[in-house]
Amino acid sequence: MSAASTSPIIERGTTTSKIAAIAVAVIIALLAIAPQFLSAGAVDRMTALFIYVILAAMWNALAGFGGLVSVGQQVFFGLGAYFAIRLADTGLNPFASLFVAAIIVGVVSWPLSLFMLRLRNGEFAIGMWVIAALTHLLVNLDRLVQGETGTSLISLNVYDAGTRRVAIYWLALGSMTALLAILFGLLRGSTGAAIRAIRDNEDAAASVGVRVTGTKRLLFVLAAFGIGVAGALWLATSITFQPKTYFNVQWTAYMIFMVLVGGIGTFEGAILGALVFFLIETWFGGTGVWYLVSLGATAVLFSLFLPRGLWGTIEERFGLRLLPVGYRVILPGHAPADDGTAPSPEQTPLDQEKA
Amino acid sequence: MSNQIVQGILLGGYYALIACGLSFMFSVMRIINLAHGSLAVFAAFALWWLASRFHVSPFVGLLIVLPLMAAIGWALQRFLLERSARGGALLPILTTFGLAIVIDNMLFEQFGADTRSLAPYIGSLSYDSWEWPGSIYVGKLAVIMFATAVILLGGLQLFLTRTRLGRSIRATSEDPDTAGLVGVDARRANAIAAAIAMVTVGLAGAFLGMRATFDPYAGAPQLLFAFEAAVIGGAGSLWGTLVGGIVLALAQTLGAQVHPQGFLIGGHAVFLVVLFVRLSTSGLGLRGLLRLPSRSAS
Repeated sequence: MSAASTSPIIERGTTTSKIAAIAVAVIIALLAIAPQFLSAGAVDRMTALFIYVILAAMWNALAGFGGLVSVGQQVFFGLGAYFAIRLADTGLNPFASLFVAAIIVGVVSWPLSLFMLRLRNGEFAIGMWVIAALTHLLVNLDRLVQGETGTSLISLNVYDAGTRRVAIYWLALGSMTALLAILFGLLRGSTGAAIRAIRDNEDAAASVGVRVTGTKRLLFVLAAFGIGVAGALWLATSITFQPKTYFNVQWTAYMIFMVLVGGIGTFEGAILGALVFFLIETWFGGTGVWYLVSLGATAVLFSLFLPRGLWGTIEERFGLRLLPVGYRVILPGHAPADDGTAPSPEQTPLDQEKA
Repeated sequence: MSNQIVQGILLGGYYALIACGLSFMFSVMRIINLAHGSLAVFAAFALWWLASRFHVSPFVGLLIVLPLMAAIGWALQRFLLERSARGGALLPILTTFGLAIVIDNMLFEQFGADTRSLAPYIGSLSYDSWEWPGSIYVGKLAVIMFATAVILLGGLQLFLTRTRLGRSIRATSEDPDTAGLVGVDARRANAIAAAIAMVTVGLAGAFLGMRATFDPYAGAPQLLFAFEAAVIGGAGSLWGTLVGGIVLALAQTLGAQVHPQGFLIGGHAVFLVVLFVRLSTSGLGLRGLLRLPSRSAS
C-alpha cells in the first residue's frame, strides 16, 4: 500500500456543495424576478420570510457560533425601527434611513458589547433582556413616538403602494442575501476557524491563542446590525411603529424557535428553521394562543431531545454538506470525519462551559 | 420623603422573596430559570382560582399551592433541567425560556387577558396600616411581606448550614462528583433544592397577587426584578438578596419621584450601575455574578 492512499484526504467543496451553490444562485435569481408573478399578498409574505431568515441567521451567528445566548435581541430590532423613524423625521429619504438606522444600531452595539460580553451564559442572556426592557422604556419617553401610541413612517407614503411593496421586497431579498454572504464569508475565512474553535471549547480556544473576546464582539456587532436591518425592514412593511410590538420578547422567542428547530450552530439550519417557522405561521398563525403554546413546547422538546435541530441531525445522519464552511477529513476506510462543521456527537454546539 | 423610603424598603422584601429562589437555584444547579417569573404568576393564578371559585382564603390556599409548587419544582428538575443541563450550560436557558412561553400562554388561554388581584380575598389586610411616629403609614401587608422575607431567608440559611440535607445540597453545589463519592445523592439533592426554590416562588407569587395586580404575561417583569435584586445583592450570602431587593425598590421609588415613568427606569438603571461598578472593580465577570450563598456560610 502506498503512502498516498493511506494519507487522509482533506476536502472542502464536494460535488453536492457545488450543485448546491448553483442551486442557491438560481433560487436567488428566481426570487428576484418573482414579484412579477406573485400576488400582492404573496409578495408581502415572502418579504416576511426574508426578514425571518435574517433574524434566524443573526441569532444563530451569536448563539450557535459565538456561544452567546441572548433573550434581549429584540432591543436591536426595536432600535432599527426607531432610528429609521427618527432619521426619516429629519427629512432623510425613508429607504436610505432604513439602512443608516441599521448602521447606527451596529455602532451602538459596539460599546454595549464591551460591557455585556463580560457576563457569562445565563447572566448575559437575561442581562440583554434588561437592556431591551430599559431601551423600550427610554424610547417611550421620546415625544415623537408618543409613548405606547406609537407613530408611523409617514414619508414612505409618497411612493405608491405597488412600487413600495416591490421595492421593500427587493430590499429584503438583497439584505438577506448580503447578510448571509457576509456570515458565510466570515465562517469560511480565518475568523471562521476561530469561531468554530470558540463554539466547541472556549477555554481551549483561548489557550491556543484564539482571540476569544474580539471574535465574539465581531459576532455581537454583526448580529446587532443584521437584526437592526430586519427591524427597519419590518417597519417599512408595516409602516406603524408601536414600541410594544417592536421591543417585544416574542421576536427573540421566534429567533430561538427557528434556530433550535433548524439546527443551532449550522449555517443551513437557521435558514431551514426560518422556512419551517414561516410555514407554521402561515398555516397555524391564526389559531392564536395555542400557536404560541406549541411554539414554546416545540422549542422545549427540541432542546431536550433533538438539541442539534433538524439540519444538525440530517447532516450527521447522511454526511450531507450543502454550503460547507469548514473542511472535512476523510480517512481511508473510515466514514468522513469533520473538523468542525458538525461537532462530534459528544461535543454538541452547546457544550461550552466547564462548570 | 421618609415615608417613601420606608415603603421602598418594605417593597424590597417582595423583591428579596422573588429573588431568593432564583439565586438559590443558580447557586446549587448553575441554572438561571427563565420560567421563574412565569411560575410565580402561575402560583398567583392558582390562589386566585381557589379563592374566586371555592372561596378559599389565599392564606389557606397556600397550604395547597405550596406543596403543588414543590412537586412542580421536583418534576422540573427531574424531567427538564437535569436532561437539558447535560447538553451544556446554554441549553437550560433555551429550555426554561420555552417553558416560560408555554406557561404564559396557557395562563392566557385559561384566564384571559384581564388583570387579577388577590386583594379582594384577604379582607381589610390589603389596605390596613399602622401609624408610625412621624405620621408614617405602613401597610400591614407590606410589613408581613417583609417579615416573611426575613424569616424565609434566615430559615434557608439555617437549613443550609445546620441540617444534614442542607449540607448535602451545599456539597452538591460545590462539586457534584466529589459529593457523590462521599455518599451524597446529587440527583436527589438537586431535586429537593428545586422543590424548595419553587416553594419560595409560590410564596412570592402569593404576595405579588396580594399587593398588586397580575395578568398572564406578568411573569417577564418579575423575572427581571428577581434577577436584578439577586445580582445587586449577590455578594455571597442570602442576606445579600435582601439588600439587593431593598436597593432595587428604593431606586424604583426614587425614579418614580423624578419622572412619572421613572419607576422601572430607576430600577433598571441602578442594576446596570451596580453591574458596571462590579465588573470594572473585579474580575467577577468570569466567575459569575451570582455566587454561592454557601461559601460565606461555611
